[in-house]
Amino acid sequence: MTRTVIEVKNLKKDFEVSQSFMNKMMRKPKLYVKAVDNISFKIKEKESFALVGESGCGKTTVGKILMRLINVTSGEVYVKGKNISKLNDPYKLKVYRRMTQMIYQDPFSSLDPRFKVYDILEEPLLIHNIGSSIAERRALIEEALENVRLTPPDEFIDRYPHMLSGGQRQRVAIARCLILNPDVIVADEPVSMLDVSVRAELLNLMKDLIEKQDLTYLYITHDVSTTRFFAKHIGVMYLGDIVEQGPVGNVLDNPLHPYTQALLTAIPEPEPERLDRIKEIPIRGDIPAGTNIPEGCRFHPRCPYAKRVCIEEVPDYKIPAERGHIVRCHFAGEIEYKFRVKVISDEGEVVKEEVIDAGEESDTAS
Amino acid sequence: MDDNTILKVNDLSTHYFTSRGAVKALDDASFELKGGQSMGIAGESGCGKSTLAFSLMRMVQPPGKIVKGSIDIRGLEVTDLSEKEARKKLRWQKISMVFQGAMDIMTPVYTVGYQMMEPLKYLKNIKGDEAKDICFKYLDMVNIDYELFYRYPHELSGGQKQRIVIATALLLDPDVVILDEPTTALDVVVEARIMNDLKLLKKKLNNSMIFITHDLSILAEISDKLAVMYAGYIVELGDAIEIYKNPKHPYTRKLIGAIPRLHVDVDRLEYIPGAPPELTNPPKGCRFHPRCDQAFDRCSQDEPGFHEVDGVKVMCHLYDRGA
Ligand SMILES: Nc1ncnc2c1ncn2[C@@H]1O[C@H](COP(=O)(O)OP(=O)(O)O)[C@@H](O)[C@H]1O
Ligand SMILES: Nc1ncnc2c1ncn2[C@@H]1O[C@H](COP(=O)(O)OP(=O)(O)O)[C@@H](O)[C@H]1O
Ligand code: SF4
Ligand SMILES: [Mg+2]
Ligand SMILES: [Mg+2]
Repeated sequence: MTRTVIEVKNLKKDFEVSQSFMNKMMRKPKLYVKAVDNISFKIKEKESFALVGESGCGKTTVGKILMRLINVTSGEVYVKGKNISKLNDPYKLKVYRRMTQMIYQDPFSSLDPRFKVYDILEEPLLIHNIGSSIAERRALIEEALENVRLTPPDEFIDRYPHMLSGGQRQRVAIARCLILNPDVIVADEPVSMLDVSVRAELLNLMKDLIEKQDLTYLYITHDVSTTRFFAKHIGVMYLGDIVEQGPVGNVLDNPLHPYTQALLTAIPEPEPERLDRIKEIPIRGDIPAGTNIPEGCRFHPRCPYAKRVCIEEVPDYKIPAERGHIVRCHFAGEIEYKFRVKVISDEGEVVKEEVIDAGEESDTAS
Repeated sequence: MDDNTILKVNDLSTHYFTSRGAVKALDDASFELKGGQSMGIAGESGCGKSTLAFSLMRMVQPPGKIVKGSIDIRGLEVTDLSEKEARKKLRWQKISMVFQGAMDIMTPVYTVGYQMMEPLKYLKNIKGDEAKDICFKYLDMVNIDYELFYRYPHELSGGQKQRIVIATALLLDPDVVILDEPTTALDVVVEARIMNDLKLLKKKLNNSMIFITHDLSILAEISDKLAVMYAGYIVELGDAIEIYKNPKHPYTRKLIGAIPRLHVDVDRLEYIPGAPPELTNPPKGCRFHPRCDQAFDRCSQDEPGFHEVDGVKVMCHLYDRGA
């Protein structure tokens, strides 16, 4: 049986918003952003869990909490059975930091430009007292470079970051994580700044490392398309909450929450013949501020299906029969995955409207 | 030239003369665009997309220089213009551009309206209510409330700013509008809405549009024609639908193959091994040959010319029937 490596339970994180001096003088009540608002999920050993959603929905905050870089407001985070959310003891923290590593989005700023690849990879070894001699450390560094396929290592070991391409820098960042032999990697938009081919190459590599190095990933991204390949489970975040989660194919082919449906409808796919068709995105207005989360269902002001109950009551998670994943919506399982398409003439007039059953479209795709 | 041809680019080359040598960022680009037509330009970063755009605008930054070729916009030879003429006659009026990251460089101290009216005032001497009317007409087209005309950039969302930048590029009704990565910084829902509006705009207006992005999925939504660039060359050029459905150049095939798909399960993602070459010293023969899985002897020796296959131009030896 596979073990659960990460378990997040009822996690909340509020950030106090800094107010203007005037507001402070006038004793205006403090304002909080509910960046993460009561979320729960589990990640099993050697699995990758994707957290997706638009910018500001709280993904990075979850990652930082897992890295123990910021304190939680409430809730628990268990890693290998230990609650790390209140971990403060410097020694234990150091041990924990060795076990969980983070890859950041920007390979251009996450590596110190003054250091050579060798120094970048030696630093974590020195911090954690790994390798008693230079020769031993060098061997570990070469091994890490081989693991991320920067081969032969000799060719890369003396380079500075500016002598590497974006993809190569991100490999160095991955090697810096691997060298400590971690159990968990939090990858926060690790490939978002890279070109499509480099992105594909790196995701292949990161996936291979799951088996090779016994890794468990929290994969944070706004690019939902990459999750199908890379992740096993997915959680869709909206305004600090996970509104839908389950096996990745299940959620992407059969999204049940109106927000997930809108998000997936908006993702462009490389299919031409769309020039004369306008796909309506089934969502209203803009994302509200995190300081002002709507009552009831937090999605209701933007939801095309909202009824009175949505304004009045927070929906519970439901698992609609035979769908196999959980959704926070009063009408989960009742709302079909459909969108409206307008066919436009060469003059830009709407000549026809049709409703596309997207659930079926995806079944027949490929 | 066909009556409705608006833009005709011929053998255009632009190089940057750096201390490391000449960066051959754009070589021998040739294409035509008709009124109302849109062309997508795709390719990995550094392949010369922006250099092509800046060349058309006559805004290549030093040490860059157009070294060869012609750019004809409805009979106006762009490469012959002096900088002063380019400012007075070309930019905004004949050709305009939404720059990469433009929404972040809107000046914070002026209102949206002030910034929109500037080109009208300086280039056409249109002021006051007349200028405002023109601005409102284009704000309408990009679905922006008139009220935002009186606001400052920091009061707007990213999507709103980008729509305003697009409206501003259209104000003087230029023959050609270039959009360089116009949605790259935006969230996908906002991006999809802007793309929908651009599709409608394209139908309603008769400008030619050049749409640049590294994201081939987005280009599929808006391009009549497609130009795929690799290492400074346009390596495949033609009808967008044909190229998506039946890509011919080995590079195009790989590029399309590398796009992660939402509804398709795969064990491996396709990718192109290696990296694009240094443009100071591009490989001999076909610039793609070191990364190409179909390369044969000739590819490392001779530079391939264009071959026409199914109406699409492909720069690749595989299609040289004569050899
Ligand atoms: N240190 C902070 N102080 C105040 N607000 C913050 C801080 N970090 C994040 N936030 C806010 O919390 C919300 C979630 O942010 P983040 O986790 O970075 O989202 P994402 O990674 O999904 O883009 C946003 O509204 C953001 O502005
Ligand atoms: N001002 C410049 N000086 C020197 N080289 C440049 C300059 N601008 C661009 N280049 C080089 O020209 C090539 C093409 O760049 P660019 O046109 O910006 O590509 P893209 O827009 O496709 O990413 C790249 O190799 C880039 O490094
Ligand atoms: S609960 Fe209501 S408002 Fe929320 S997503 Fe479901 S239908 Fe829409
Ligand atoms: Mg983030
Ligand atoms: Mg560019």
